[in-house]
Amino acid sequence: MEKNLTLIALFAALIAALGLLPSMMLPGGVPITAQSLGIMLCGTVLGSRRGALAVLLFLLVVALGLPVLSGGRGGIGVFMGPSVGFLIGFPVAAFIAGLVVERLKGPVALTAALGAFLGGMVVLYPLGTLGWALLLDKTMADVGPFLLGFAPGDAVKCVLAGLITRAIGQMRPGVLLSRA
Amino acid sequence: MLTLTSPHETWAHRLPAGPKMAALSLWAIALFSLDTLPPLLTASAATAALILSGGLPFARISALMLRPLWPFVAIVALWQGWLGDPTYGAAPILRLITAVAAANFVTMTTRLTDMIGILTTLARPFGPLGLPPRRLALALALVLRFIPVMLHQLQTIRMAFRARSHRRPGWRLFVPALLAALDDAERVAEALRARGGIG
Repeated sequence: MEKNLTLIALFAALIAALGLLPSMMLPGGVPITAQSLGIMLCGTVLGSRRGALAVLLFLLVVALGLPVLSGGRGGIGVFMGPSVGFLIGFPVAAFIAGLVVERLKGPVALTAALGAFLGGMVVLYPLGTLGWALLLDKTMADVGPFLLGFAPGDAVKCVLAGLITRAIGQMRPGVLLSRA
Repeated sequence: MLTLTSPHETWAHRLPAGPKMAALSLWAIALFSLDTLPPLLTASAATAALILSGGLPFARISALMLRPLWPFVAIVALWQGWLGDPTYGAAPILRLITAVAAANFVTMTTRLTDMIGILTTLARPFGPLGLPPRRLALALALVLRFIPVMLHQLQTIRMAFRARSHRRPGWRLFVPALLAALDDAERVAEALRARGGIG
């Protein structure tokens, strides 16, 4: 019980810490922030339910006014801004990523990368697009193509999520709650 | 860890947090029900006046907090210009900026302790459903403490790497730093259990 609570808090803090790190630039000028890697890891390491709880806890910290969303953003305002679709999609993404690792048998690295892809891209992108479309009075087909700029960076993060999840499973098997 | 609460004391800092949040919710609902430019311009002028009432230094920080929106606004504006209908996109953008600025006003004039107070009040109905407000408060406190601890650990490991190698560490440090943090979490869990658990 205590261990679950501290791990959920730790992974919420991990998402925040990753958002505070300086972002890398991909060729073409699309920034990769490590924050979405944190979202993926919440699911792939902690599993569906606890992973989603960790992301929700992170969102609470953002709403309380700490500048821990990538780019130093925070406060209630971000839930009214262009990122709102992504913010709502984050816990869903972590849940799906966790569900894949829990349900699929197979090597941890592979299932975790697949989970990160399904949660962090396949599920998250439409939700993010929906947020943009609603805020701008457009259709999802209009704004969807803009999201593809994120795809290369996020694909790299899916691979990283798989490798990091495997490393954690090897070195601290007790923490890999998604396979417990 | 710094919060976004403004150090420039304004009249709004002294208002209770609950009514401020309630007013913001109503303001946001009102904004998102406006579709045409004239009422939206009035609403954003009112919001700007509200922010300016906090004084110029306060308003300047408030404007800086809107900076992350500009790339988004620029892309939408260019796109609308390209479509040959620049006014069509103006209303949603104006609404977006106004709503974010108003919400930032509440964030900037409310202290973290007051925000946590609202949160525990809002969380009360969830108590019987398995989330006691006390546990939520403990989890929040842990997150707030873990963030600087993790950044510090990352810094330590980075310095150790620098001492051994002239190469850039990159992603090599991520797993060691995460493992160190996981071990910390384990010890925090043991300490909580030793003190009677989280109940």
